[in-house]
Amino acid sequence: MTKCKKIASLITLSACLFASQAMAAGGSVHLEPAEIDPDNVSSLQRGARNFMNYCSGCHSAQYVRFNTIGKSLGLSEEQLVDNLMFNADKTFETIKSSMPSADAARWYGKAPPDMSLMARAKGTDYVYNFLKGFYVSPESPTGVDNLVLAGTSMPHVLWELQGFQSANFEHHENEDGSVTTTFEGFEQLSPGSMDAEDYDDFVRDTVNFLAYIAEPIRSDRRKLGVWVIMFLIFFFILAVQLKKQIWKDVK
Amino acid sequence: MARIEAEVGKPQGGLMKWIDDRFPFTKTMKYHVTEYYASKNFNWWFVFGVLAMVVLVIQLVTGIFLTMNYKPAAAEAFASVEYIMRDVEWGWLIRYMHSTGASFFFIVVYLHMFRAMLYGSYKKPRELIWLIGMMIFFVLMAEGFAGYLLPWGQMSYWGAQVIISLFGAIPVVGDGLVEFIRGDYSISDITLNRFFALHVIVLPLALIGLIFVHIVALHEVGSNNPDGIEIKKNKGPDGIPLDGVPFHPHHTSKDLIGIIVFLMIFSAVVFFAPDMGGMFLEHANFEPANLTATPEHIAPVWYYTPYYAILRAVPDKLWGFILFGLSVLLPVFLPWLDRCRVRSIRYRGWMYKTALSIFVVTFLTLGWLGLQPATETYVLLARIFSVLYFAFFLLMPFYTAADKTKPVPDRVVYHD
Repeated sequence: MTKCKKIASLITLSACLFASQAMAAGGSVHLEPAEIDPDNVSSLQRGARNFMNYCSGCHSAQYVRFNTIGKSLGLSEEQLVDNLMFNADKTFETIKSSMPSADAARWYGKAPPDMSLMARAKGTDYVYNFLKGFYVSPESPTGVDNLVLAGTSMPHVLWELQGFQSANFEHHENEDGSVTTTFEGFEQLSPGSMDAEDYDDFVRDTVNFLAYIAEPIRSDRRKLGVWVIMFLIFFFILAVQLKKQIWKDVK
Repeated sequence: MARIEAEVGKPQGGLMKWIDDRFPFTKTMKYHVTEYYASKNFNWWFVFGVLAMVVLVIQLVTGIFLTMNYKPAAAEAFASVEYIMRDVEWGWLIRYMHSTGASFFFIVVYLHMFRAMLYGSYKKPRELIWLIGMMIFFVLMAEGFAGYLLPWGQMSYWGAQVIISLFGAIPVVGDGLVEFIRGDYSISDITLNRFFALHVIVLPLALIGLIFVHIVALHEVGSNNPDGIEIKKNKGPDGIPLDGVPFHPHHTSKDLIGIIVFLMIFSAVVFFAPDMGGMFLEHANFEPANLTATPEHIAPVWYYTPYYAILRAVPDKLWGFILFGLSVLLPVFLPWLDRCRVRSIRYRGWMYKTALSIFVVTFLTLGWLGLQPATETYVLLARIFSVLYFAFFLLMPFYTAADKTKPVPDRVVYHD
């Protein structure tokens, strides 16, 4: 019997290891944590404003309806129309890009991807670091490259806010002749309208909003989950009493 | 006057008798439920059969509601899943229950199978139950695989691409077979359509039929127990096994506790971590299938990865496929590979205990390796553990026969 218990605990232990290691597997570039707060409604509202002002010109969010945003972010229909709906008439419409995707593909080489699920597909840390990762690169047609997604066809849309920065790379020659490149940090070339801290917050709010639109019901499910588990605990207590009653004569 | 009253007003047995005269309702309920006796000393390992039924019901019910809103077409599938997640009332809950249910089906079934290995439940006279169970497992694997294509995400598409192309390794008929499965020269709308048909009709029907037969066979020979003793050998004067208690209400009331605990864990995942860090819902599957962009790293869902790791461990494509198939098939032969006279691990010797412990570690490690990129170290590890995997089965006739067993008691061990 003790053996069975040993095996059982071994399984649990391995399962934990298994899960944690699988989650730890990430990309090759070191990603700074985005540290978003999904329960901070004002951060989400700022993120919505940022997205509609700076991103939605090129990026659609084709599964996301304005009225859903309004409901989750506590915005009235009037506030939605005045502040967020620049190219939509009805609140049930989804976020469409103003740029025809065929033209976009011709101009940039690749149509700007839809943003509905980006935060879930790539992770919030990825998007956060991507938006902070543009650096000047004269070889690139847009004048910038990105630390997280090398060779990106996206220009540095937020340059007015962040300014321009260069990236310092150190090239290290290995014994076998191959070259290892390590990133040593950014250097501010020209200032933007925001200082580094404000820009981080700006990006953080935007990423927070992207995470929200990737799963608008996230907070609903967490709230409901607490009630479900509480009910099950109550049900569990009853079931244990019932079982004891039924088994009391079994010797 | 009184005589007529007695005849007219006399209870004739009511509705139940009316039914029982025409359909064996009470008889069946007695045989399978209220007078089906199973050992009183079941431990929690014996709850996973019932839990598998619970998950089956969850999958069937949520599956029906999903089909009401899902569109099995390449152009619409991905968007229809997002429609379910965002616009259908409670759609997100139905979808998360179904996607979480898929993983939990395998967790529960793996533990159910492991219980059989702990207590020798596959041994005579329960070989047929085990064989039917293995068929259920194969159908379940196919069901999971077909279902995984339906959201039409990147991992759905490329995962299916990789796995289906494995059949191409078979000589002569391989390429034709791959084309036959896909119905096209690549995974396409046609493949999605037929996988939908398999996933919602063919395989669930097979599953339900096999589970029915699984239970009929079980109730014919009776349930095993943690001591691996036949409780039918010790019957009281009333013909009821002395160590048995009726399935209902005794085992059902105990199972109810197990079901609630299971639902707590299940709900914790559904409500607080539905993608389980990319294990239950893979990140790449939040991008729609793209025929021109292969994801950086393609891995099947976790429940296939032990076998996938074995496949990748073999340098040759055909032999990889053969060993992959063999690794899935080998457990079928357990009733005949196991030569031990004793069923339960409680009375087996150190050899089987050691072998089974190593096997558990092996299976979990292979599962983990199957999720990793195939680097040199990982492939080497996968090879070592593949050898251990096969050794567990192929050496079993020897170590189980040589193992020293402890004396088995006549009656089950029961602590109140």
